[in-house]
This record gives sequence, C-alpha cells and structure tokens, in this order.
Amino acid sequence: MIKLVWLVPLLPLIGFVIIGLFGKKLSKGIVGAIGSGTVLAAFAVALGIFFELKGGTQKEFTIELFNWISAGKLSIPFSFLIDPLSSLFLLIITGIGFLIHLYSTGYMSHDEGFSRFFAYLNLFIFFMLLLVLGSNYLIMFVGWEGVGLCSYLLIGFWFKNTAFNNAAKKAFIMNRIGDLGFLLGIILIFVTFGSIGYHDVFEQAKNMATGNPTLTAIALLLFVGAMGKSAQLPLYTWLPDAMAGPTPVSALIHAATMVTAGIYMIARSNVLYTLSPDAMNVVAIVGVCTALFAATIGLAQNDIKKVLAYSTVSQLGYMFLALGVGAYTGAVFHVMTHAFFKALLFLGAGSVIHAMGGEQDIRKMGGLKKYISTTHITFLLGTLAIAGCFPFSGFFSKDEILAQAYEHNKLLWFLGILGAAMTTFYMFRLYFLTFHGKFRGTHEQEHHLHESPKSMTIPLIVLAILSVVGGLVGIPAALGGTHFLEAFLSPVFEFSSFRIVQAASHETEYMLMGIATLIMILAIYYAYTVYVKKNTLPAAEGEETSPIHKLVFNKYWVDEIYENLITKPLNMISEAFHKLVDNQIVDGIVNGVGSTVKWLSSTIRLAQTGNTGFYIFVMVVSIVLILFSQLF
Amino acid sequence: MITLLLILFPLVASLLLFFVKGQQVKNIALGAAILEFAIAIFALSQFKQDASMQFEWNSAWVQSMGITFHVGIDGISMLLVLLTTFLVPVIILTSFKNDHKNPSAFYALILFMQMALLGVFVSLDGFLFYVFWELALLPIYFICLLWGGEDRARITFKFFVYTLAGSLFMLGGLIYLYLHTPGTHSFNIDAIYAAGRGMDVVHQGYVFWAMFIAFAIKMPIFPFHTWQPDTYTTAPTQGTMLLSGIMLKMGTFGLVRWLLPIAPLGVEHYANTAIGLAVIGIVYASCIAIVQKDFKRLIAYSSIAHVGLIAAGILSMNVQGVQGGMIQMLSHGVNVVGLFFIVDIIQRRTNTREIQSLGGIRNVNPQFAVLFLFILLGSVALPLTNGFVGEFLLLNGLFQHNAWIAAFAGLSVILGAVYMLRSYQSIMLGETNSITSSFAPLENSEKAVLLIICAAVIAFGVFPKPLLDISGPAVDQLVQGVQAALGK
Repeated sequence: MIKLVWLVPLLPLIGFVIIGLFGKKLSKGIVGAIGSGTVLAAFAVALGIFFELKGGTQKEFTIELFNWISAGKLSIPFSFLIDPLSSLFLLIITGIGFLIHLYSTGYMSHDEGFSRFFAYLNLFIFFMLLLVLGSNYLIMFVGWEGVGLCSYLLIGFWFKNTAFNNAAKKAFIMNRIGDLGFLLGIILIFVTFGSIGYHDVFEQAKNMATGNPTLTAIALLLFVGAMGKSAQLPLYTWLPDAMAGPTPVSALIHAATMVTAGIYMIARSNVLYTLSPDAMNVVAIVGVCTALFAATIGLAQNDIKKVLAYSTVSQLGYMFLALGVGAYTGAVFHVMTHAFFKALLFLGAGSVIHAMGGEQDIRKMGGLKKYISTTHITFLLGTLAIAGCFPFSGFFSKDEILAQAYEHNKLLWFLGILGAAMTTFYMFRLYFLTFHGKFRGTHEQEHHLHESPKSMTIPLIVLAILSVVGGLVGIPAALGGTHFLEAFLSPVFEFSSFRIVQAASHETEYMLMGIATLIMILAIYYAYTVYVKKNTLPAAEGEETSPIHKLVFNKYWVDEIYENLITKPLNMISEAFHKLVDNQIVDGIVNGVGSTVKWLSSTIRLAQTGNTGFYIFVMVVSIVLILFSQLF
Repeated sequence: MITLLLILFPLVASLLLFFVKGQQVKNIALGAAILEFAIAIFALSQFKQDASMQFEWNSAWVQSMGITFHVGIDGISMLLVLLTTFLVPVIILTSFKNDHKNPSAFYALILFMQMALLGVFVSLDGFLFYVFWELALLPIYFICLLWGGEDRARITFKFFVYTLAGSLFMLGGLIYLYLHTPGTHSFNIDAIYAAGRGMDVVHQGYVFWAMFIAFAIKMPIFPFHTWQPDTYTTAPTQGTMLLSGIMLKMGTFGLVRWLLPIAPLGVEHYANTAIGLAVIGIVYASCIAIVQKDFKRLIAYSSIAHVGLIAAGILSMNVQGVQGGMIQMLSHGVNVVGLFFIVDIIQRRTNTREIQSLGGIRNVNPQFAVLFLFILLGSVALPLTNGFVGEFLLLNGLFQHNAWIAAFAGLSVILGAVYMLRSYQSIMLGETNSITSSFAPLENSEKAVLLIICAAVIAFGVFPKPLLDISGPAVDQLVQGVQAALGK
C-alpha cells in the first residue's frame, strides 16, 4: 500500500481535472459522485497506508517520483515521505475531506457553481495532501501555496460580491507575507545544510549545538510562514473574513485542515525547534496571546460563523502553545480532535444557516432545537467537545496541552485556562442563543425551518461520534490509558522527547483536570444564567454599549489599524514613487540630459561658422595645447 | 551550419514577405516562423547536453580588423534560441485578429527582428554581437513608430536614442577590450574574454560600467527604465511582446555571455551597487505597478520588477542565481507575452485598458477568466507554474550573495500578488457593467495562443528539468570559470 502513496494525491487531482474540464456537461449527481468518490478512494488508500505503517517495523518510507528542480548542488526531488505524522494527516485530510464533500453535495445543491465548487475542493485536497506528503521543504511549500490558491478561489467563490472578493484577496496577500518568511527559511536551510530534504537536514541539525543562531533564524522564518497560514498574531485577520466562502469551505479549509498546516510544519521540524529554545518561546508566547486575544473577540460576535472563526484562531493558538512548550504530540492530538469538533460545528452552523434561509445572525435565531433536532444534538456534542468536557475528545487533547504548559511555565498554563474559560462561555452563548429560548426570526423564516437532507446530517452524525470518542486514542497514563497516539508518533518526535522535560506527576494532572472541569462548569453555568435564565440578548446594531464591549465587538479595530498603518501608506508611497520620483526626478534627469545634449549640439553648431580663419586659429591653439601638455 | 540557417532563414523570409500583398501575409509569416521553430527543435535534437559550444560557424569577415562571422550555440544560447523561435510564431498568431495596415512590412519587420535577435544570442564575436545588437533596434523602432499608439513619435524617438546611447557605451567597452587583445587584435569571444580577464580590478571596472549600462538600459533596470513604460504602452501589441518577451533578454543574456566572463573582478567589485539598483527597481516598480490605472502600463512596470530580479540573480555569480536567471528569462518571456495578449484581447473588445472601468468579465466569459488566471499565477510565481522555478533559484542565488538583499527583493512576492490580484478582481470579477456586458467569446486564434501559453506555464512549472538540463552544464562551467578568476 505504501508504494501506492502517489495515488492519494493523484485521485483528487483526477477528480479536479475531470470536473474542471467537463463539469458543466455532467449532472450534479455525477459531479458530486466524482468529487466525493475520489476523496473516499484516497481515504481508503490512506487507511491502508496507516495500518501497514502501524503494523510494520519500518516507520519511514521515502518514495521518489521524479527529479523536479536542480541547479548546481541544489537538487530537489519530487518525492513523498510516509511516516506516522504524515500518515495521520493523510487520514484527517481525506477522511474529513470526504465527509465535507458529501455534505457539500447537499449544501451546494442549488448553487449554479456546483461543479466549479467541487473542482476547487478536489484541487484543495490535492494540494493539502502534497503539503503533508512532501519529503522536503519545497514540496511542502508547493502544497502550502497551492492550498492558499484554493482558499483564495473558494473564499471568493461567489465572485460577483465585492466584499467576498476583497476577503479572498486579503487572505491570499496576508498568506503571501507569511510565505515569504517560509521561502527565505527554506533558502536559509539550503544554504546551511546544502539540502532541503527533511532527512538530510534533521540528521545534520542533530549534531549542532542547542541555541545555534542560524537554527533559531530558520525556526523563526518558518514560523512566520506558520503565522500566516495558521492565522496567528499579527497575521490572523484574514481568517475571520474568510468566512465569506461557502460554509463547507470554512469547515474544511478554514478550520479542519489548511489552517493547521502551520502546526504540521513545526511538528515536522521539531528537531530544529527543539534545538532552538528561543524560537520555541516565541512560538509559545505568540500562541497563547493569540488564543486569548481571539477568545475575547469571540465573546462579542453575533455572526455564527464569525464566532466559530475566532474560536478557530484561538484553538490554533493553543496548538502553537503546545508546540512552544514541546508538547508536539499534544499539538497534533489537538489538530485531530479540533478537526473533528470544529468541522462538526461549522457544518452544524451550515445546517442552521441552511434552515434559516441564509441568516447568520444569532440574535435572529433562538429555539431552533425544536425544529432541527439532529443538528441541535450534534452541535451540542461539538460544543461540549470544544469546551473540554470529560470524556469528549477535546478534554484529552486540551488537558495534555495545559498539563505540559503547566510543567513548562505556570503563567502560560494560567493564560491557557483563562482562554479555555472564555471558549466555553462564548461557545455556550452561541449554543444557547441559537437553539434555546424563543425563535426571534421572521414568520417566513419560521415557516421555512427544516432539518437538512441526509447528505448533510450523516456527516454531522459521523463527526459527532468522532468528536465524542476521538479522544480515546490519547488517554493519558494518569487515567490508566496507554496513549496510543504518543506511541504511534514517537518515532517522529524521538529526538525531541529526550530533550524536553515533560510528564507531570499524576497528582498534578488530576488537580489540573479538576480545575479545568470546575472552570468549565462555572462558565457553562454563567452562560446559562445570562442567555437562558435571564434571556439576555446581545446588543442590537447601533445600541450604546460599554467601551470594553465596543473594543471587543469591533475586534480591537485591528483591521482599521492595518488599513491606516500599512495599506494607505503603501498606496501613498507608491503614488509618490510614480508621480514624483519616476515622472519628475528620474525621467526628469533623463530628459534633462537629452535637452542638454540638444542645447550643447546647437551651441557647438554655432562654432562651425564656415570661417576658415577661425578653424585655423582653433587648430593652432589646440596643437599648442597638446604640445604643451606633452612637456609634462 | 544549422546556426547559420537559423539566422538566414528568417532574413530570407523577411525579404520575401515585402513582396507579398494583402492580409494573407499573416499566414505566410506564421508558416515561416513555425518552420524556424522546427529548425530550432531540430537543433535541440542534435544538441549534446554538455558545456561545449556546438554548431559553430566561423568565417572571415573583416580580416584586417580581426572581425569574424563567428556563431555557435551552447546551452545558454540554446535556451534563448528556443525562446525566440517559440515566441515569434506565437506573437504572429496574436495578431491574427488585428488588421494592421501595410501588413507585409509589419510581418517582414517581425521576422527581420527575429533574425537580429537570434544573431545576438549566437554571436561569438564581439563586433558581430554589436552589429546584431544594433540591427535588432531598427525593426522594433519602425514597428513602434509606424503601428504604435498615441504620441508614438516622441516616445519612440526617446526609446531609440536612449538605447542607442547605451549601446555606444558597450561599443566603447568592446573596442577597449579589443585594443587589449594581443597581436593584431581580434574581436573573437575568447580573445575578448582573455583581454578582460587580463585586466586588474580598476580596468575591469571600466569595462563593467560600459557594458552594464548598455544592458541595464535594454532590460531595463532602475534608474535607466523611464523609456520603458511609455514605449511598452504605446507600441502595438506585437511590438510590446517582442520588446518584453525577447528583446529585453538581450540585456540579461549579455550579462551572462559577456559581462560575467569578461569582467568577473569588476562585477564583484561593483556587485553591491549593481544588484542594489536592480533590487531597488524590483520594489520600486512593484509599488508603482500597484497604482497604475492602465493595465498595459501596469504589466510594463511589473516587467521591470521581474527583470530586476533576473539581473540581481545573475550578478550574484553563483550557479543558482545564473541558472535561475536563465530559466526565468524563458518563463518571463512566455508569461509577459501572455499578459500583454490579455491586455490586447480586452482592449479590442472594450476599447479601454483602464482597470477601474472594467469588471465582471468572468460572468460573460468564464473561459477567458480561467486562462487569464493561469497566466496570472505564472506571473506571481505560484509553485508548479513556470514562474516559481526561476524565482526560487534567483532568490536562492541572491540570498547567497546577501541575505538581507534577498529578503528585500522577496517583497516582490507580496507586492506582485497585490497588484495582480487587485487588477484581476477589478477587471474580471464583480458585476458586469455597460462596457463589459457584451464581452465577446474568444476567437480560435486567441484560444490557441492562450492555451499554448497556459500549457507552457504548467508544463515548465511541473517539469522544469529538461530546460534546466540544457543550460546547466554551460552555466556550471561559466560559474566555475568566474569563481576561479575571483580566486575562490
């Protein structure tokens, strides 16, 4: 099976080509079947690879397809690396990818761009698979920018809408800022190690001293890329805007897979980071700050997708916190559980929006549990999972991260738990406002309310089951588990696990779990009191609110700050370059030289008087001067 | 022999074309250009992939002055021969929907230009190189002057004088080198190389500036670029394509073939200045591109940015930089022709090139939107498109010269996305308006050109190896020679 790994990305690529070329001539049923079928087939192959790898003794396979780029000693093969880390990501991408494709056949069924949507979605899966399969940094970069392109195309899927187009453009450009860092990081890796293949690089790096400044520079440059793709401070503002895309896109690309690419990158490069404690501290600090910052914004948003978007930014922050404190397994574990419950929540939100006829404002919802019970129950399960309620999947992954943060630095743990409390609160605020209380929409909407078709509810149910039981692959020793995931991933993190102190005592872990659970219960109770018992509604548009609420509601005006600090000055500088420097100064000098020559020649022409006597005079003077100069 | 054929065939075809009447001349010109491409492909099939000079032809010309008609093709030349012979038929095909007046002269000039360009790329004699260099200027001057747009007389004159002034510097440099060749003097390339290598850093510095200025004007590099936006904008589409697709590569090719081997010490000594100018130009031109209102002018500025990176990479004098430059000359040539054709397609249908007044074309012509997007992606160097391979190698080469300069040049990665996506959005997305609502479908000849270019964008993004292998050995040898001369 491992030899057939090229099939995994090839299948969705074939889907893309077929749908892209012939999609308009095919029926929606066939397009949906090709789109979903190719991803399902890829999942099947990925499953085979996973079990072969799990059962076998060899944990690392490199499969070279062809020689891609070479120049001098730089040689970059197009080759794949199969190891526990990539095989796990293959499963997440194709598995969740398939469910979301299936869901989309229902969700997008009335859209005129149906086939285009599936073409983009398949192309996305292809690039995402390249990203995790590559055996060197440049193949990762190919996937990295490729998924960025698909994200751009899908955010701006409804391309007649200017706001959506702006959001798409913003996503692409912000990602490019990060990508430049990534690209420079790759080049620095090549200059330092003479190779960009993971194997070569890590084997050489292992012999280098901890804290080597070049390694730190590499780690930080790569992290700049991760900040863009995984929406961390300060490059996160594109992700909330990216919600302009159809909801399945938000679930697949902007929650479950693409945005976790940054976590994959750092986990993959764990050797480099482990040797660079400064870079790890930066990662941890950026992560925890993002986690908190985004959570506060999430407290005051009223758009169901926006809340989930800020929640995603915040959860990604947790994953970086995990990476930064050396909890590599924890980070990957959280990528997985988050993929389950966040995909579930987004698809649930999509089902709500579908039922509400396109409405996304939770102030106009309420009481939906009566009407769409499957969506309601699955959404509740997802909410409990993200809140970290025992024994849902989020509990285990979050617990692992927080426990290791505690061992590393108590303050990081405290901030983490603070963010977790906010997460629980805004998620239950969302849940209560949407599903409880009275319906606040129009009569028409109420009449229209209906549960979504099977193609949409089945993925919800599957994801709900995964969100509930997904944590079982990582039960910590403190709870009598063996932590399958840690054992499975151990070959990848072998080098790092020796150097990073971890393993809190069981007593500490029990205490931390207790505190986390207590805080979660308090947060849920508080949300319940406010939004169910007291039936409070978030402020309507234009209503006067407290300054803090304003600050948070307006997302700290970060977009406006960027606009005034970067976009406008860039345009002004560009205008100045254009109108002043280029047209006046540079071209002015050129034209000046031209007219000087013209003037000189017309002046010199005057010297050509035609008077022979004058010519002879000049000649004589010249000869004298020349002779004179020869004297010295 | 085959090298001679490559030069002579377009010349003969060009002369014959003058006597053909009517619009059918297009077909004949296209046929001739395709045949020329076939000759180039044949040459490629016979080409040994090593560093040697092949298909040489050396006959006496002006014996008393040591001038010979010496031509030949190595890997470096081969890539540019392929680029030229590939692009000329494409460029001719782009004109199929334009009925230029006096077509026989128009197409004859294009083929004459092809002859001169090929001559530049295969010359192995300094004087011959100079002759072809100047010969190439004549046809493009007339193409711009006779078939150009608004204000063409003034703009074309400035272009002509500016580049001619540049070439005079080069001629000065070549004569200076010639006078340093031993014995009865010779313009032969090896003698010129030896003459340059024999000089100390000060004298190589003189040669460096003389030649660099000529090349810098041709490309153009900041601050020698101000003729370019006007000329590109006012020239007829095919003229702009010849200028940007092929002719500017005379400058970058000149760096590789002549400047680096002749004056390695001079290049090294002034590398920071020259690379600095090129890199300033990258960011500067990208910024200016952002605020352009005319799409054609925007592409013109973006070309300054792209070519700045090519020059900077080559001047870094390492294998990655020079190879990146070679491969990017091809990619840029293909992509920029595609972009200018897109401008032409839009302009012929809407009578405007103003970005803001367009919009929503995707609604009425999705096929065009997809093809445009592919070429755009090549231009912003998305991985797996042709633009990426060169950009990665160039930045890599530049990084080895100086990491900070590379990082600064890398800003074009971001800025390129800004101006290209902005204009794509304004032109293609959103709702249609009165200008764009009746945007006509693509004609077959247009479809053919765009498909050929898109195929090249993808094919050489995924499989750049065959191209890299053509120039690889020659570039390796060149860089080794340069490094040896620098004592490294």
